[in-house]
Amino acid sequence: MSLEKVKGIIIEQLGLEESMEIKRETSLMGDLEADSLDAVEIIMAIEDEFGIEIPDEAAEGFKNIGDIVDYVENNK
Amino acid sequence: MNYIKSVGIVGTGRALPDKIVTNKDLEQKVDTTDEWIRSRTGIGSRRVADENTATSDLATEAAKKALEDAGISVDEIDTIIVATVTPDMAFPSTACIVQKNLGADRAFAFDIGAACSGFVYALSVAENLIKGNMAKNALVIGAETLSKIINWEDRNTCVLFGDGAGAVVVKEVEEGYGIQGITLGSNGAKGEVLRQPAGGSRIPASIESVQNKLHFIAMDGNEVFKFAVRVMGQSSLETIKKSGLDLEDVDFFIPHQANIRIIDAAAKRLKLPKEKVYVNLHKYGNLSAASIPVALDEAVKEGKLQKGDNMVLVAFGGGLTWGSAVVKWSKEV
Repeated sequence: MSLEKVKGIIIEQLGLEESMEIKRETSLMGDLEADSLDAVEIIMAIEDEFGIEIPDEAAEGFKNIGDIVDYVENNK
Repeated sequence: MNYIKSVGIVGTGRALPDKIVTNKDLEQKVDTTDEWIRSRTGIGSRRVADENTATSDLATEAAKKALEDAGISVDEIDTIIVATVTPDMAFPSTACIVQKNLGADRAFAFDIGAACSGFVYALSVAENLIKGNMAKNALVIGAETLSKIINWEDRNTCVLFGDGAGAVVVKEVEEGYGIQGITLGSNGAKGEVLRQPAGGSRIPASIESVQNKLHFIAMDGNEVFKFAVRVMGQSSLETIKKSGLDLEDVDFFIPHQANIRIIDAAAKRLKLPKEKVYVNLHKYGNLSAASIPVALDEAVKEGKLQKGDNMVLVAFGGGLTWGSAVVKWSKEV
């Protein structure tokens, strides 16, 4: 549920093809070539979508999409 | 019944140091690349004042141009307000130094500190001094020499800032024109994300404060980015509504020129077409309080504004502070 929404946000923010394969293991900066500000914008969009706040310290610990989804699940 | 004046901007001017420092030049100083700086910030070069030039020197030059543009003589100036985080010294204020330089003996002069939002704050103060009959003609200046408080060994901040000054003359204008509304805001609780730690009464200048590099700009970039993108949209919408307008009625946006990624993200949230948003940060970097008045002067001189155009000026900065103004341009082109 959260994974699908997070995937949608990432695809929109990075302007990727809808068909782009994004899994829990996918890394934003490693696999999708996002830079640090893309990552901040994605975090902001996720904060807005789920009505949560993701502090910088938490965001810096995210290694892949799965980490983001788990954080959202645990904090929404 | 009290008559409420319409107050607007009747002249603009800018001053920028001659020396240009490009991204390539910075590649020689710190571990960075032109491509990295451009893609993360949109900045291509910045102006840097020489060692003999202080903030008041740039402010004075910009002020003379604005006065000439407005057709107002120095004797007619009632007040001089300078917005800056890089004053010549703690006191006298930079505004008083500008007064001396201009010979504007009739004016009362003072600085205000609202960091990068300072120009919008100063514009609001000038508007209300005029509406309150404390002044007829106000000189409002945003001026900075940020190069003097940048750590040139810190690649995260030294690429971002530049030096310059912009000035405007504010006075009563034709009814219905000029400033339609201004919104100001602050969040001191988040102030630590953008600051110059030492040099005041908390940490006075000492050998230790200099050795520990506490006189330089310190910034938490990600937090500032998030704050800036959100507040620019929110503040703009609030002021547009307060002015009795809709977003579609706005012809021109001059956002604080800190980072193209912030401007693009904020514009995307507001669904603004790119041609309505003025950008000059590729040439100058972040000029803090000077950013908006320099951009306004350029936009005016480039013929981007017609009489009757609704313009939004929106800024955010250290404090944290933010502010936006809606101005119906009152000058014939």
